[in-house]
Amino acid sequence: MDHFMNPRNVGEIPDADGIGQVGNPVCGDIMKMYLKIKDNVITDVKFKTFGCGAAVATSSMATELIMGKTLEEALEISNKTVAEALNGLPPIKMHCSNLAEQAIKAAIDDYKKKNESSK
Amino acid sequence: MKNIYLDHAATTSVKPEVLETMLPYFTEKYGNASSIYSLGRENKKAIDDAREKVAKALNAQPKEIFFTSGGTEADNWALEGIAFANQTKGKHIITTNIEHHAILHTCKFLEKQGFEVTYVPVDNKGIVHVEDIEKAIRPDTILISIMFANNEIGTIQPIKEIGVLAKEKGIYFHTDAVQAIGNIPIDVKDMNIDMLSLSGHKFYGPKGVGVLYIRDGVRISPMLHGGAQERGKRASTENVAGIVGLGKAIELATENIEEYNTKLMKIRDRAIRKILEKIPYSRLNGEEKNRLPGNVNISFEFIEGESILLMLDMKGICASSGSACTSGSLDPSHVLLAIGLPHEIAHGSLRLTFGEENTDSDLDYLLETLPPIIEKLRAMSPLYDTFIKNGRI
Repeated sequence: MDHFMNPRNVGEIPDADGIGQVGNPVCGDIMKMYLKIKDNVITDVKFKTFGCGAAVATSSMATELIMGKTLEEALEISNKTVAEALNGLPPIKMHCSNLAEQAIKAAIDDYKKKNESSK
Repeated sequence: MKNIYLDHAATTSVKPEVLETMLPYFTEKYGNASSIYSLGRENKKAIDDAREKVAKALNAQPKEIFFTSGGTEADNWALEGIAFANQTKGKHIITTNIEHHAILHTCKFLEKQGFEVTYVPVDNKGIVHVEDIEKAIRPDTILISIMFANNEIGTIQPIKEIGVLAKEKGIYFHTDAVQAIGNIPIDVKDMNIDMLSLSGHKFYGPKGVGVLYIRDGVRISPMLHGGAQERGKRASTENVAGIVGLGKAIELATENIEEYNTKLMKIRDRAIRKILEKIPYSRLNGEEKNRLPGNVNISFEFIEGESILLMLDMKGICASSGSACTSGSLDPSHVLLAIGLPHEIAHGSLRLTFGEENTDSDLDYLLETLPPIIEKLRAMSPLYDTFIKNGRI
């Protein structure tokens, strides 16, 4: 509940190295994640979410979990890890935590693509 | 902390004078109303008194009032009872696409049993047009079921006109009046209503008790099979305390209806005006005037309804939404989609339903609390972000 009322890391990073957006407004959930990456380590992360309370809380928790992690470590974070960190989510809300996992993956993918093309 | 209840369409509290009439029936007046001794006979009398009160409130005869376990049972009974008793005449039913699930899911069940159902669409204000119902009528149509007033957006249907049409065509007409009772004066004779569902807990009566009015002469199968209660049409030992409470509640609700309505409409109209004024990118769902006196339903673009509800709850305000997450499915409200709202806007809707105990200062508190919540959620919404930067989503 605290992660819903006082979500951490809300906002955006104007010069982000990787941006990932998943979900769509039709299902009522969109998550956009911004990553700042230096030497393979996530140095800053911000998010914006359109969605229910659980979507906001999982976004917030996911950003805390990946902060300071290497990309490999961040990719290992699953929807279960996020839900467990929040002390569990009701079954109907588990899809919200999938969104957090997918948003991290999408943002890292974006970063990798940008890096490859600049090489 | 404050506790402001703005969800009277969900349920209401039992009025103290209603509770008082009910209490003896849990203890000293525990008799079974079917028993021959006075402990039973007196309870039979109490049930009949309640039946008379309901009949009076609807301008019906007492023998046309059947007590049920609630609005859902009454809706199920009306549809299934008519369908099964009249299937030799036809297997077609007409309803709308904004009914309560107690009607829509019963229609789905009947479709599986070989009945056909036409779901007449409503306009963008949530009103069903009589011409559209007339067009849907077929030689094998046996029932028209249209809700009196919508539970989400509060729109009131042209029930009297539909009643005239159904009578002219010789088709049974049922109305789900669960939200309307105590808010709109109802006269089943004048409105040509053959069957009407209502539920005790929507007008300061108890939960677990409702009524199906069945006009004398309507051909309908029983709902529950068993004893001879409710003239053999609805078996089961009567919920005496509940029935007595419903009787008292409907008496109070219909006797003060005008005064109650005037008070609610004043709060409602101010709520609508102020919210739309204070919060940009918001819109009213349903009609401005032709709506239940206590109902406000507003969509806020770029944000999601459940988040609004959780934040209002933190501030002590109980409200409801047409959001997916509150209903346990991923789809937003079928009513908001039926009036043409796009999915993402239907997700961001808030329903406030005012009632008896609400005051102007409750509304003042809401008007202080709501705008910062909407602003906070928009600040974290990627949709709002995109809209501000690009002028569209």
